[in-house]
Amino acid sequence: MAECPAQPGAPAASPTARRPRVRRRRTVAIVGPPNSGKSTLFNRLTGVRQKVANYPGVTVEQRVGRLRHAHDQEIDLIDLPGVYSLEPRSEDEQVAHDVLTGRMPGMRRPDAVILILDSTNLARHLLLAAPVLGLGLPTLVVLNMADALSDRGGDVDTAALARQLGAPVALVSAAKGEGLEPVLEFLTGEFGVPRPVELPVIQDVPKCREWAVRVGARAGYRAPAPPVWTHRLDAVFLHPVAGPLVFAAVVVAVFQTIFSGARPLMEGVEFLVNRSGAWVAATLPESAWRDLLVEGVWGGVGSVVVFLPQILLLFLFIGILEDSGYLARAAVIADRTMARVGLQGKSFIPLLSAYACAVPAIMATRTIENKRDRIATILIAPFMTCSARLPVYTLIIAAFIPEQPLVGNLLGTRAAAMLGLYVLGFAAAVATARLLKSSILKSERTPFLLELPPYRWPTVRSLGLRLYDRARLFLRRAGTVILAAAVLLWVLAHLPLIDGAPPPLEASVAGTIGRLIEPVIEPLGFNWKIGIGLVTSLAAREVIVGTLGTIYGIEGDENSIGLREALQQDLTPAGAVALLIFFAFAMQCISTLAVVRRETGGWRWPLLQFAYMGALAYAGAFLAHRLVSAWTA
Amino acid sequence: MLLQLIFTKQAEAASPAAPAGARTLAELDEGGQAVIEAIEAPPDIARRLMELGFVPGSTVTAARRAPGGDPRVFRVDGSEVALRRETAAQIRLRPSRPG
Repeated sequence: MAECPAQPGAPAASPTARRPRVRRRRTVAIVGPPNSGKSTLFNRLTGVRQKVANYPGVTVEQRVGRLRHAHDQEIDLIDLPGVYSLEPRSEDEQVAHDVLTGRMPGMRRPDAVILILDSTNLARHLLLAAPVLGLGLPTLVVLNMADALSDRGGDVDTAALARQLGAPVALVSAAKGEGLEPVLEFLTGEFGVPRPVELPVIQDVPKCREWAVRVGARAGYRAPAPPVWTHRLDAVFLHPVAGPLVFAAVVVAVFQTIFSGARPLMEGVEFLVNRSGAWVAATLPESAWRDLLVEGVWGGVGSVVVFLPQILLLFLFIGILEDSGYLARAAVIADRTMARVGLQGKSFIPLLSAYACAVPAIMATRTIENKRDRIATILIAPFMTCSARLPVYTLIIAAFIPEQPLVGNLLGTRAAAMLGLYVLGFAAAVATARLLKSSILKSERTPFLLELPPYRWPTVRSLGLRLYDRARLFLRRAGTVILAAAVLLWVLAHLPLIDGAPPPLEASVAGTIGRLIEPVIEPLGFNWKIGIGLVTSLAAREVIVGTLGTIYGIEGDENSIGLREALQQDLTPAGAVALLIFFAFAMQCISTLAVVRRETGGWRWPLLQFAYMGALAYAGAFLAHRLVSAWTA
Repeated sequence: MLLQLIFTKQAEAASPAAPAGARTLAELDEGGQAVIEAIEAPPDIARRLMELGFVPGSTVTAARRAPGGDPRVFRVDGSEVALRRETAAQIRLRPSRPG
């Protein structure tokens, strides 16, 4: 079973040798263990020229980026999922294995491989070198975190290591962008097949380990001192009392900031939207097209775009928590609680990222080995308050809850209401997990194995890339789904024409649909206008804001009446609370349903999820409406 | 060795039920250090543990505990890994010889 590296070399080596600097596209895969800084290197090399897709048939994200080089040469970089080995056991490892061996359907085998390893943890990370070098592809071994290695007194002789591995070795700091010249040289130069060296039997981990230690020793590897700061920080963050308190404080601070800190930015965007809308209305001649543009596009899309700063701020915080390594600690703290509902700490990480969006969160569940745990996590993830709920919550809270300091200047009533909704979503998720894990998804307790990476400063570059990605995605969504919904709604609100003129909103097609469902939603305190919003928000939650923007834009004589004021006329306080509860529970997101279907391999789970969440939303909103009505009466 | 001995004494004092010192990683006290003898977990988990550094012959240090005592963080081979008690109990330690 020994992997013999003396395989024939990759076919890529010969054409480049014959015709150097051809305009041929090269493909290079980046592979490395989790926490080796793989994505940092990938981002460093490709910048914003990257796209994310999915491998056919599986849910593993495929990130491909392009590196354009001076000699008209284009290099596609593939960021493979982080793996400890190439044994195809988990989906991640299967993908890495298939891509590197050329078995991934529809994909050419990469021309070369960059193997990235954490230089501060070399003995262990070298385990992956054996199977990767065994592939026989041209390989560059990148030892990352050179800065941490030297700061903590570690050392390695790269030339000696290169001799031991039979492949070139570069010592870099991807986060700081230092030492990357050899990487660029490798990518653009001629590929050489690794010199055959003796490699261990990769199935035998202890043997591989011995080999790795021996190779490290021969390369003069001196392991760095333990990360003192990580230990110091963990003494606080994992402290029995201080740990959970710090966690709670972080959460509260995040909410207060996304609520109050984003305000000036949002007002700025709102100002721009309103001004440009007014300009369009004043410039264009009066026509149905102008109305569509002003009421449909500006009223609909504009009222959603206003929330961009808030969503970016949320993603900034989640990015900092993720990149700094704090999220893994949060998972450790949460494991006991998660165990009580039948899940494990690893489920906590997708759940936390579901605060941003359920779609990537559901894809992140693939790190959970147990199938039943994974399905349970997928089913509860949409209860977590995603960023699409943020515009809805913000709008209703701002319209109905007066701002008053609650805990000095630390927490206001509005931020507290927002926090309450987040807690509500989390509680629903936990209760549902308990229900699922004690009934249809019962399984034995699964082991929890989680590596805690040393704390690192998040880099401005990586955070910037995240925000750029998110902003692009959000605006694209505003320009497609939300725009289409706004235009369709505007048209439906203007048909059928009566004597060539649009009917009153109530008599229009949209109004009829709204009134059709009014009897169903009346017990919740919603009228037919909110009903139209509920229907359109089935596509995506934030669409309701755009829809209401369009409706009130059509209704209002001069588009002067604000969305907030208009809502205050249409909803009682009880109805507003019911609407918040409804949005906290209901599954109004086509993208999530599609991902769940793909993830779970059928319609069974997404349909169950949709029905369950819908029933809970209805019941919760009904109860909330009753209770608040009785209380305020 | 001396450290290990001191630690064994502490372990005995803390848990009289384990007179021979910690036999599995689950019994290792906070701050204690020991050498892994064998991994007695199902093959998949055993392999994952070894990939994370829990290889027979390696030295493990018990670092901190999560609030509530479980899971616990172990230092092995230059990295930190969190394990639950039941998994730690599947990692057998080399008996510490006195002297």
